[in-house]
Amino acid sequence: MSAGALGLLLPAVPFACALVGLALPLRARAVAATLGIGGAAAALVTAVALLITVDAPVETSARWVDVGPLVTFGVRLDPTATLVGVAVATIALAVHVYSVAYLADDDRYPPYAAQVNLFTAAMLLVVVAGDLIMLLVGWEVMGVCSYLLIGHDRSLPHAPAAAAKAFLVTRVGDIGFLLGVALLGIRSGSFRIADVLAADLDLGTLTLAGLLLLAGVAGKSAQFPLHTWLPDAMAGPTPISALIHAATMVAAGVYVVARLYPVIAAAPATLAVLGVLGAVTLLLGAFAAIAQDDIKRVLAWSTVSQLGYMAGALAVGSTVAALFHLLTHAAFKALLFLAAGCVIHAVGTNLISAMGGLRRAVPVAFWGTVIGLAALAGVPPLSGFWSKEGVLAAAERATEGTGPTPAWVAWLVWLSGLLGVALTAAYATRLLVRTFLGESRISGQSVRETPAAMRWPVLLLAVPSAALGFAALGDGFGARLAALAGDRQAGGDLVDSDVIHGDLVHFGPTTLLPLALLAFGAGWVVWLWRRDPAADPARALGPLTPAAVHALWIDDLQRALVVRPVRALARGVRRLDETVVDGAVEATGRGSVALGNLLAAAHRARLPRAVTAVLTGAVLVGMAIALGGLR
Amino acid sequence: MIRPAIPYVTAALLFGLGVYGVLRRRNAVLVLMSVELMLNAVNLILVTADTTVRAALPATGQVFTLFVIVIAAAEVGVGLAIVLHLYRLRASIAVDEVPLAHDSRGAAPPGTPPDRASADVPGQAAPDPTSGAIGQQVGSR
Amino acid sequence: MTGGDLLLVALGAIAVGAGLLVVTTRHLVRAGLYLVVCLAAVAGLYLVLTAELLAWVQVLIYVGAVVVLLLFAMMLTRAPIGARADLDRPGWPAALVGGGAGLGLALLLVDAVRWSTVELPAAGDAERIGEAVFGSWVLPFEVLSVLLLAALIGAIVLSRPDIGASRDRED
Repeated sequence: MSAGALGLLLPAVPFACALVGLALPLRARAVAATLGIGGAAAALVTAVALLITVDAPVETSARWVDVGPLVTFGVRLDPTATLVGVAVATIALAVHVYSVAYLADDDRYPPYAAQVNLFTAAMLLVVVAGDLIMLLVGWEVMGVCSYLLIGHDRSLPHAPAAAAKAFLVTRVGDIGFLLGVALLGIRSGSFRIADVLAADLDLGTLTLAGLLLLAGVAGKSAQFPLHTWLPDAMAGPTPISALIHAATMVAAGVYVVARLYPVIAAAPATLAVLGVLGAVTLLLGAFAAIAQDDIKRVLAWSTVSQLGYMAGALAVGSTVAALFHLLTHAAFKALLFLAAGCVIHAVGTNLISAMGGLRRAVPVAFWGTVIGLAALAGVPPLSGFWSKEGVLAAAERATEGTGPTPAWVAWLVWLSGLLGVALTAAYATRLLVRTFLGESRISGQSVRETPAAMRWPVLLLAVPSAALGFAALGDGFGARLAALAGDRQAGGDLVDSDVIHGDLVHFGPTTLLPLALLAFGAGWVVWLWRRDPAADPARALGPLTPAAVHALWIDDLQRALVVRPVRALARGVRRLDETVVDGAVEATGRGSVALGNLLAAAHRARLPRAVTAVLTGAVLVGMAIALGGLR
Repeated sequence: MIRPAIPYVTAALLFGLGVYGVLRRRNAVLVLMSVELMLNAVNLILVTADTTVRAALPATGQVFTLFVIVIAAAEVGVGLAIVLHLYRLRASIAVDEVPLAHDSRGAAPPGTPPDRASADVPGQAAPDPTSGAIGQQVGSR
Repeated sequence: MTGGDLLLVALGAIAVGAGLLVVTTRHLVRAGLYLVVCLAAVAGLYLVLTAELLAWVQVLIYVGAVVVLLLFAMMLTRAPIGARADLDRPGWPAALVGGGAGLGLALLLVDAVRWSTVELPAAGDAERIGEAVFGSWVLPFEVLSVLLLAALIGAIVLSRPDIGASRDRED
């Protein structure tokens, strides 16, 4: 089977399984589980096959419809896409297996599994799409699935609101994304990605399109200021948080930027905006993660922060570093979420203030969390160390100002990245000690056993979290990631292999700086913990604690400035519709009836009035005839 | 030798007075009297016209007047029979208290025997409270 | 102004004055009596206009029968004796329409004849009218007999309480 056909099959198989799964009755758990796991497994097999067979960019495209600019239907496969595809499929499979046990007592499992499959299909479509419209379709379907899955558990009071918030906030970004896609398609004459990248567009168009695309990226990849939906989206089931909000959907924005990098990198303004957004997001996420009490919210803010790293890497001109960090983050963040799910399943609460001393009780979750947090913080030799080093190295190299990025942006990204390392280490250490170490603060019931179906995915994901970094030492991996960068034809220079290698593996004096900051951050938290094992280390923030807990109240600001006026406007429009429009319609009816009653009453005139009317009429008619005749 | 304008004007004034009476009086018998005035005015016009207009057939005006007198007599007979029947039903022959369309506001109770000394007023209640507008309270009494 | 004119004016004044009293008096029975005066004046007018048959028919039927009927009706409906204040409805629509009708008609007629004079035919027109009625107008005459018959029967049916009651019970 040709690579192109395999590429089309990659999203098609999970999609078919999803369609069948959506039609299943709620009792058919076994069938739904089979479809779910089977769909994800098939996708994984296809992705691995593609990984093996694709060395050079392969493209198949067919003309679909001509709406002015040409819309095509096809896939564009290159080594990067296959790598990301494998990552997506692996995590989807792990999540499916995990969900069978996690949702064992949920009575709406079949639609859940089908929606996860649909989501997987959409994400894979985004990965392999060769046409901007296809990419947009996948993008939007991901948003819908995210909404459906966040609101899966209808018994939670805040789940529907969180789902709606996620959908609406990303929608705001998606408007910009749609406009950007439309602009690119119209100006290039075709929506095919290869045509768009090859088209000779002027700087103004490129800047505008880039900024509009960044709006969508900011929404989906939770950059400031559209990041507010991600912490609330933790109302969804934990496997969903692992799949969608850690590994795949939020990374889709980064992937699309890497895909369309020539467009983005052509305008320094776009890169500057991306850099600023990334830096702010990075620091904001880390700051907020320090003081959260809900374990999933800590991980959510951590995701926001790491996405800031990826955006920052893109801003300083290194798609390779960004994509590498995307892959390692997918591995260790999914691992962390699944381990957190084990802990929540065991203890029955999300709050780390009600945990503690779980080291012996849930050992799999403990060691998984240790590996995941170490990778997150960037402890060598785990994968996160290599990818974060790559990002910081790229930023440092860009401070010289030779790349497409303005130097001040590179300085901003680099310095905030370094500061973020310290903060990341701090919150990671805090999470570990509060959840697993020290005295138990668990109240009430005993700790539940972790089922096998939940243990194995954790163990499975621990492997790439630990070892993926070593893959960077080989040339093949770097070349694969750089396949996208090799498309850079317009504007930026073609990146040579030394630089690629250097982005991934960098040992130099500046390597020690993040390690020192990591040690400082972790050590400080450990010292605070040792001093008072029962207290929350976040108390050390002192007066800044409320600001951290509420993440600088940005969410509340959005609610006051945007949500409430829109709601008031909606209420006003509804009232207008009910009173004016409906009122006009009803008034027509009532008016007709009243007029009819008036005429009926006129018919029922009392005798004297009737006589008066008749005689008056007679006199008037007589006058009319007489005067007419006299003339 | 007469000037026909004089009887014409007389007839016109009588007609106007008859219309005034029909619209003003509440007692049905008085209304019938006003109708008689109108008919007489018409008769007078016919008779005067008979002298001023040369009709194809001679004495047409007077013949018509005769016919009108006959019709008027018949009308008075039947009309008064109706008035008496109304009186038997309502004990009142005020024309503005004749009920229409099944509403009983302002009407006398039906079937009261006509031998109450003070109840046989042409009009049960106080005078028409709506002073004035034609078409006001249409059907609301 | 000839004598005839003077008579016409006088009789006309009586007729209009009596008519005015008919429609404005507050005594019910006096209205009937004023009507007698008015109708008699009109009969006089007929006489001046050399319509003698009509004058006597007027007196016989109108004054003799119709007014008597009206007075009977007043008695049977317990018309109040003496002045009553509640005989009238509001006056201004009546005045408006009545005045408009009367004045309009007057203007129309005066405009037709102005101040011209006309010769009256000779007296003794009963024979003329007889010839006309039974000659040219015999068909309307017969129809009128039928009308009178219908009116007679109708008045009897309406007046007899037993016939009216049975009809009510049937409804």
